[in-house]
Amino acid sequence: MSIWSEARLVAGKDLRIEARSKVTLTQVLPFGAIVLLLFAFALDPDRGILTKAAPGLFWVAVLLATLLAVARAFSIEEQHGARDALRLSGLDGGAVFLGKMGAIAVELLGLELVLGIGVVVFYDIRIERVGVLLLAALAATAGLAATGTLYGVLAAGLRVRETLVPLLLLPVLAPVMLGATRSFEAALGGTTSDAWPWIELLGLFAVIYVTMGVLAFGPLLEEV
Amino acid sequence: MSVVCLRSVVCLLGRFPALTGLDLTVDEGEILLLSGPNGAGKTTLLRVLAGLLPIHSGTAEVLGYDLTQDRRGARRSLALVGHDTGCYDDLTVIENLRFAARASGRSADAVAPVLERLGLTRLGGVTHARLSAGQRRRLSLAAALVRDPSLLLLDEPHAGLDADGRETLDAVLAAAPGEGRTVVLVSHELERARALAHREVVITGGRVQSAAVPDASEPAAAASADVTDATGSAATPAPRVTLSADVSESPDVTVPR
Repeated sequence: MSIWSEARLVAGKDLRIEARSKVTLTQVLPFGAIVLLLFAFALDPDRGILTKAAPGLFWVAVLLATLLAVARAFSIEEQHGARDALRLSGLDGGAVFLGKMGAIAVELLGLELVLGIGVVVFYDIRIERVGVLLLAALAATAGLAATGTLYGVLAAGLRVRETLVPLLLLPVLAPVMLGATRSFEAALGGTTSDAWPWIELLGLFAVIYVTMGVLAFGPLLEEV
Repeated sequence: MSVVCLRSVVCLLGRFPALTGLDLTVDEGEILLLSGPNGAGKTTLLRVLAGLLPIHSGTAEVLGYDLTQDRRGARRSLALVGHDTGCYDDLTVIENLRFAARASGRSADAVAPVLERLGLTRLGGVTHARLSAGQRRRLSLAAALVRDPSLLLLDEPHAGLDADGRETLDAVLAAAPGEGRTVVLVSHELERARALAHREVVITGGRVQSAAVPDASEPAAAASADVTDATGSAATPAPRVTLSADVSESPDVTVPR
């Protein structure tokens, strides 16, 4: 099997598990929605601030939900020795990385769609420049998923992984937060040209972490 | 031809020496029983053979692959049935087996015959989470067989199985050499395992204490050091040959079958 076939196999397995367990739908998604609502309650007296801060609040909610999605993606490998079975399967480490990253990215894109609707409804945002928003969201999601998958395997097997992953991941994801927020701000209130440098940053970040993940995931899976 | 060749293998679990200079050779088509007290290093040995644990010194060759250089190469042709099933709670029996088959490069068509062989056909649509302990053991074995491994590593495979499950497992093990499979088996159900095994190796303190051709009729507690040819059929009962098999000085002893 090619690396892409193996990645599709792993992604299909993870998405099937999520579709059946509905953890993303019943836990991660409500968590993101609650975060958005809490921001709305906290900043409601001044609706102008809420509207202005909407891109940042949206990506904070996505970022926090990413932590849950990453934890979930690796907790399914801890049950019943599935991680050992994955190591014994003969699947390429890079393919496993791409598969798990792909599944997390699909879940995050679905989450972003619903949270995006929530932002429009709760924060009174008017959507403009849909193409730029989509491009920025795709690049940011790829970066979030790639980094989450890489740091997820780093902490897999550790008893402290639930607390360690956020500690490792959040500082590393600062450039994604910055780029995604600025590109959304530019798309919603500025000009398209203002968004491009940030989208390029997001793309570069994603390429770097996907490359690192493909190369490092296999050896890291062996070490944990 | 040797499928497994270990020389002076040391494996540390943290600072604890789980294997302490272990030598072992397993021939192609052989069913080898590993016995010994709890904590002797049997499970660690299986995990080393599967390439799941690194060795810290010595040489280890499995299926022609040097485990210090290429653990992944050996894994493609072996399967480990451990204490865990290695399956996913939210996938059905068939989905788990299809994933195992396709991940090892085999067609999903390999699943149906294995399901039937292990009596799991009617459970094909049931998720792993809803299976009983015995059914999970069968699924675990099925997930190994669906990979069509040349080397099958089994850790306490009889545990949790009902009488029918044990019969099924024994039939699978008995057929293994004819299917070109080599089996390394860890079991505390010694009478049952000895009836299947061609050779028994006793491990104590992380190294081979003795090697023997087992006798299923031997009392479980006393048989570790005796060598009894048990390979004869009922029509040609095997002569009982009891040797002094303490081979601690030269621990890798192969008794011709």
